[in-house]
Amino acid sequence: MSQDTAMAQGGFWRDTGRSGIGSWIFSTDHKRIGMMYLYCVLSFFLVGVVLGFLIRLELIAPGPTIVTAQTYNALFTVHGVVMIFLFIIPGIPASFGNLVLPIQLGARDVAFPRVNLLSWWLYAIGAVIVLVSLFTGGGAPDTGWTFYVPFSARTSTNVSLAVFGVFVLGFSSILTGINFITTIHRMRAPGMTWTRLPLFTWSLYATAWVQVLATPIIAITLLLVVTERILGLGLFDPNRGGDPVMYQHMFWIYSHPAVYIMILPGMGVISDIIPVFSRKPIFGYKMIAFSSLAIAAAGSAVWGHHMYTSGMSDLGVLVFSFLTFIVAIPSAIKVFNWVSTMYKGSISLEAPMLFALSFILLFSIGGLSGLILGAAATDIHVHDTHFVVGHFHYVMFGGTGFAFFAAAHYWLPKYYGRRYKEKPAIFGWILMFVGFNVMYFTMQVLGMEGMPRRYYDYLPEFARLNFVATVGSWILVAGIVIVVWNLWRGLFRGEPFTGNPWGGATLEWSIATPPPTENFDEDPVVTHGPYEFKGAGIP
Amino acid sequence: MSHAEKDSFGAKLGMWLFLFTEMLLFGGVFILYSVYLTRYPKEFGLGGHQLDLVFGATNTVVLLTSSLFAAMSVTAIKRGAKQLTLGLLSGTIGCALIFLFIKYLEWSAKFHHGIYPNSPKLIAGPPGESIFFSLYYLSTGLHGIHVIIGGILMTWTAVMVQKGILNSADNVTLENVTLYWHLVDLVWIFIFPLYYLIL
Repeated sequence: MSQDTAMAQGGFWRDTGRSGIGSWIFSTDHKRIGMMYLYCVLSFFLVGVVLGFLIRLELIAPGPTIVTAQTYNALFTVHGVVMIFLFIIPGIPASFGNLVLPIQLGARDVAFPRVNLLSWWLYAIGAVIVLVSLFTGGGAPDTGWTFYVPFSARTSTNVSLAVFGVFVLGFSSILTGINFITTIHRMRAPGMTWTRLPLFTWSLYATAWVQVLATPIIAITLLLVVTERILGLGLFDPNRGGDPVMYQHMFWIYSHPAVYIMILPGMGVISDIIPVFSRKPIFGYKMIAFSSLAIAAAGSAVWGHHMYTSGMSDLGVLVFSFLTFIVAIPSAIKVFNWVSTMYKGSISLEAPMLFALSFILLFSIGGLSGLILGAAATDIHVHDTHFVVGHFHYVMFGGTGFAFFAAAHYWLPKYYGRRYKEKPAIFGWILMFVGFNVMYFTMQVLGMEGMPRRYYDYLPEFARLNFVATVGSWILVAGIVIVVWNLWRGLFRGEPFTGNPWGGATLEWSIATPPPTENFDEDPVVTHGPYEFKGAGIP
Repeated sequence: MSHAEKDSFGAKLGMWLFLFTEMLLFGGVFILYSVYLTRYPKEFGLGGHQLDLVFGATNTVVLLTSSLFAAMSVTAIKRGAKQLTLGLLSGTIGCALIFLFIKYLEWSAKFHHGIYPNSPKLIAGPPGESIFFSLYYLSTGLHGIHVIIGGILMTWTAVMVQKGILNSADNVTLENVTLYWHLVDLVWIFIFPLYYLIL
């Protein structure tokens, strides 16, 4: 082992013999690209956290508190755009997907390494365009992240540039999807059959299909917003015969499947972590793999549930409501299988496992509250209230966000060769978990009581709960700061991390730490499944 | 990278996936078209009669011919006929330029008659007519951009054939670019009847 670590000292960080920024931004190594994505998405996550923190601070009391109404509109718009398009969509697939996927397949890189680099460049360019749009033209967009017409076609803020930035980001997402599908089909090592694919890879496969099939629709829709503003096509303008509801349809044809781009990789992370920390093979491997595809397929046909109150036929409402309930089935299959995996396992409550466990709880709350929104009758009561805000933060942050941190605690030590301290990680996790629930559960109650979303001011009877939610946001932010700081400090200066201390059986645990540039010294031949722990245990 | 050998099947798989995304991109426009057609069938019919069938039909023939040249260039390079490949690629690029020139003539004529997005004439006219021409400019404009991109790709491929980087053994890039060109052709095959013929 010692000889092994000596050889791999620095791994892909050093073994190319090149240094400087050029060795990163022009590198086609999937691990370097994954790292660049990781640093970008984490930075944007922290930016989004600050914006969200300010939104909550403004809402601590009725009336103007810290910002003007226009600034508030910009705050929630930019918070949404940054969190959705810059953090959560590329979040797990582009960062951890790039870091882990080829190694899990037994490949030396993705199928199209240069296209992979292009994806990152498009991501970076798109991000810069979005950032520039905040400070130029008529100021930061104030439409909400959904860019609904007719307001987005008329507002004097810099919507055109922001929307164009998101268009470029979509291109990046499509190319990543194409790359991953091709990689999974073509680059599997000998013996890596479809039923030996790790479930994280399965989830990336389903995600990649959604990225490829849904993203073009948002591309054309966003182009239409830009042309609407610049050329005045009038396609969504009722005065000219257009229909604004068509915009909403086209927007959600992408943006609802997009929530599965966000959540599926998170589910994959959880499916990989739970068996390792339960010391037990995954329960229902095939059903978990299949349910990812089922979610991707069924999720493509439910977009109308965002629009029950926008003007839709009763039949349309019923059909979309029914299809929405169908999506709950594969989601529940996953939850039951994760819980069954833990049954009679030897559960080890380390940081990755704690994040994974909280994922199950928070995602379940989010998923079940989603059914309240998906049911035609109850949706009328809670539509566009804080209940919706609470719901999607439970799924997106409680789900994908916690999965992101689970993945960070699980995989990053492998890539840095150093590890974080366990106690601060657990302490930070407790704060995050408590603060999260105080904040977002309160929001769901507020919504039930009728507090609308996106309002700058509110009635005095909502004051007490809003105060509670804001206090929750402070606890949550404190937790995030501790977790990120602990990761940062540990990965650069912590104890050395070698071998396979958690006893994972997927291929990334079989190679040197940190992985060398070409991953494998010789092409691996896979002889066992991803969750057959016998013999793969602690060295 | 040290991939043992070039995976041309994988490259084609990736290209096909990309072509799906292009189809869906235009699919968004076709969705709008079908929804607004059912809402304004009469205005769409009247709008369709104002389009010039000669321009449209000529461009269809030009584009189909270019696709034929493109397909033949793949066979040519596989047989190792470099000059023939280059000639056929030039034919494709030439057809692309003719297509764009005819498009320019057609659009100028329309502009001359006061039919362009947000024009006073269209704003004063019935709502459905304005929608029809907005969709017409959107579809043909987006398609035109794809013709330009395709032409640039064809030129780039021709340079690589000239330099011998693409040859009878390694020609998947040429094949992928021609696949893209066929898509550009295919989209036009839908646009032409929808706007010029059936109404």
